[in-house]
Amino acid sequence: MATRSQIDPAFLDNDGKPLFHLGEEPHHPEGSSTALGFWIYLMSDCLIFACLFATYAVLGGNYAAGPGPRDLFDLNLVALNTAMLLFSSITYGFAMLAMEKNRVGATQAWLAITGLFGLAFLSIELYEFAHLIHEGATPQRSGFLSAFFALVGTHGLHVTFGIVWLVTLMVQVGKKGLIAANQRRLMCLSMFWHFLDVIWIGVFTFVYLMGMLR
Amino acid sequence: MSPHPASENSGIWKLIFGRLDWSSLPLHEPIVVGTFLMVALGGAVVLGLVTKYRLWGTLWHDWFTTVDHKRIGIMYMILGLIMFLRGFADAIMMRLQQAMAFNGSEGYLNAHHYDQIFTAHGVIMIFFVAMPMITGIMNYIVPLQIGARDVSFPFLNNFSFWMTTAGAVIVMMSLFVGEFARTGWLAYPPLSGIAYSPGVGVDYYIWGLQIAGIGTLLSGVNLIATIVKMRAPGMTMMKLPIFTWTSLCANILIVAAFPVLTAVLALLSLDRYVGTAFFTNDMGGNPMMYVNLIWIWGHPEVYILILPLFGVFSEVTSTFSSKRLFGYSSMVYATIVIALLSYLVWLHHFFTMGSGASVNSFFGITTMVISIPTGAKLFNWLFTMYRGRIRYELPMMWTVAFMLTFTVGGMTGVLLAVPPADFVLHNSLFLIAHFHNVIIGGVLFGLFAAINYWWPKAFGFRLETTWGKRSFWLWVVGFWVAFMPLYVLGLMGVTRRMRVFDDPSLQIWFQIAALGAVMIAAGIACMFIQFAVSIKNRDQLRDTTGDPWDGRTLEWATSSPPPDYNFAFTPVIHDGDAWADMKKRGYQRPLTGYAAIHMPSNTGTGIIIAGLSVAFSVGMIWYMWWLAGLSFIAILAVAIGHTFNYKRDFTIPKDVVERIESERSTLLAAKG
Repeated sequence: MATRSQIDPAFLDNDGKPLFHLGEEPHHPEGSSTALGFWIYLMSDCLIFACLFATYAVLGGNYAAGPGPRDLFDLNLVALNTAMLLFSSITYGFAMLAMEKNRVGATQAWLAITGLFGLAFLSIELYEFAHLIHEGATPQRSGFLSAFFALVGTHGLHVTFGIVWLVTLMVQVGKKGLIAANQRRLMCLSMFWHFLDVIWIGVFTFVYLMGMLR
Repeated sequence: MSPHPASENSGIWKLIFGRLDWSSLPLHEPIVVGTFLMVALGGAVVLGLVTKYRLWGTLWHDWFTTVDHKRIGIMYMILGLIMFLRGFADAIMMRLQQAMAFNGSEGYLNAHHYDQIFTAHGVIMIFFVAMPMITGIMNYIVPLQIGARDVSFPFLNNFSFWMTTAGAVIVMMSLFVGEFARTGWLAYPPLSGIAYSPGVGVDYYIWGLQIAGIGTLLSGVNLIATIVKMRAPGMTMMKLPIFTWTSLCANILIVAAFPVLTAVLALLSLDRYVGTAFFTNDMGGNPMMYVNLIWIWGHPEVYILILPLFGVFSEVTSTFSSKRLFGYSSMVYATIVIALLSYLVWLHHFFTMGSGASVNSFFGITTMVISIPTGAKLFNWLFTMYRGRIRYELPMMWTVAFMLTFTVGGMTGVLLAVPPADFVLHNSLFLIAHFHNVIIGGVLFGLFAAINYWWPKAFGFRLETTWGKRSFWLWVVGFWVAFMPLYVLGLMGVTRRMRVFDDPSLQIWFQIAALGAVMIAAGIACMFIQFAVSIKNRDQLRDTTGDPWDGRTLEWATSSPPPDYNFAFTPVIHDGDAWADMKKRGYQRPLTGYAAIHMPSNTGTGIIIAGLSVAFSVGMIWYMWWLAGLSFIAILAVAIGHTFNYKRDFTIPKDVVERIESERSTLLAAKG
């Protein structure tokens, strides 16, 4: 095929003959693939959530003569919880802006605030779970509750790991400052954190809001 | 001999050992005890030899902690070959049992043992033979084919390998401590639920696959990033070697399919450990949810296995016909179409499970449609051979055997895709014959072609052909003798996983199949003899050119075995068959102007985390919660500790590069 044998003019030498090596070696600096690799990982994580959503869609109506969403969910509490997580995303954005300006102190401060919002989210979620279990709405009670706890719990576990990671990064930024490797790590955690926000919007909509309409 | 009585531990013993006690050791199974003694003896000999020849340092520094994609690739192949012996031992035991168990005979395997064997055979062959071997080949070849120095994430690569190995260790452990699952290789609930499988077998299954699954997923992410980001200058996507293209599609399928397996096994674990109601018959559970999800992973999985081998056959056909691959672009698009369609056919694995006529028709048609791009590939290979100067070396022989065998397997697959036919053939030996026909004829023959083709690249000498041909003929003929009777039996209505039979007229077919299995066993023996003889005669079989087959792609442009850095100078690509094009244009290897090269450093973190993962799994399987908890914390600590190491690369100095390259120049000059 003609198109496949045509040579890019950038790869010809001065006499118009094809070059087999460049004068300067092409460079793949450490971490040049990190953003892409982390995106691919996030998409695979997204599929885990897709399976959990699908399971909830199939089993979500199987109450086994037990309580349903209307009996259990407290939308005010969930609204408060959602606000905590959404605020934490905004503050993580501020941390990234401070990082761009190379301000270590501001970055650390915004990261700390993000972590606190994350902790608040987790505390409210654990309170909700404890309340449900206390009322007898345990994960073992019905297919609906199994699917509910699996989906919301998996999200909560992700937030927990996010906080562990965030604390680790704060220590590392404290030790090494905002060097390129740390900036790359902060960017990966940023993607992870916003990804969890997107998942939560799905949880909030499909589990809580639509659950109240069932 | 009740299979796995409830543990008698109590009090402090229960706290420490969970449900592990003396009855967990299968001392009442002479076959298992004998196997254990043999493995223990063999293991002791190997460890003794390693100690005697002081190889521990080399093993640790050059192999276990390596981040070199080539060494990791070789380790994957060794893992796959070892596990292949285990998987095949299971196979021949089943063949023997089924050939014997007639006319009132119970055979020599009790039901408890037999059910573990057919489960272990499937799990091991798919997860710990086929997967490691294709990952090994991709690991070794892809970076070389795209002119890269390593993969995108070298440490992750080492970690992935050790997680896969950890999964294999967990599955092997079940042979000697406790039991393996007796559920069939996909562990459908409710049979795999705690009510019907209260023992440790299903837990071994779950944790073995979960740990290995992490490795598979991460190596998928790694290879995609490598192919997208690390290609040599000038190598546009439509100049990518075809094996790299098929690897890319297979890895995309890995990343898009394995999370589903992780999720569904996690839900099964919750049912077993916590008592949730996902896949139970009561309390609002739905076992069909499991069957759907596991096949949404399972069907793409078979394409994950076969696509890279389609790439191997393409490379081999083109090289040994001394011609450019016919229909390169159609090959690429056919691969992409197969990858997409592989997500639209999962329901054909359970037409009989009540989906109704319209749903079955849809999935029947999508399944048949896959045969179109696959057929296009076969014609491309045939047209590549047409008017080529074909050299029937071993890789080409395996390729021709594949074309004949795989086509028959593909056609029986189209038969099974017809829902009314499937109602007769579902779960019969016809199905077993079909998928062995495509997996052995496609995946295994492809792996043997790949081993024979790339062995000289990896070790610097060819495999000798006499034993190779013996292995080839025994394998190919043995395959047909072993599996054609199963088609016949399946058409007669014999279902899979049976241990004893009533109808004496069936016995002759099982005896023929057992004979085929014996021929395959001889083929395997010949293959290992081929390796041994080749290593012994390596000086006569030596290849100093780095290009023994007159190859067409970049891996043949460097020395055999390639130096740590693969290429002293990154090549610039002008054509799809880059190395053939360079040879045609009279490429001269540069002899001066070398520079120092940055390379990633070795690390022991991968093997340490994998070891801790085995400990974690043992804790979960045997209910030793303290062990699970401690090892989980240790995993986190090691992983976080690893991120505090910022110094992850080193430089190969210029004079070392110069020395290695001038040694190669001397070799090439001596060759003339």
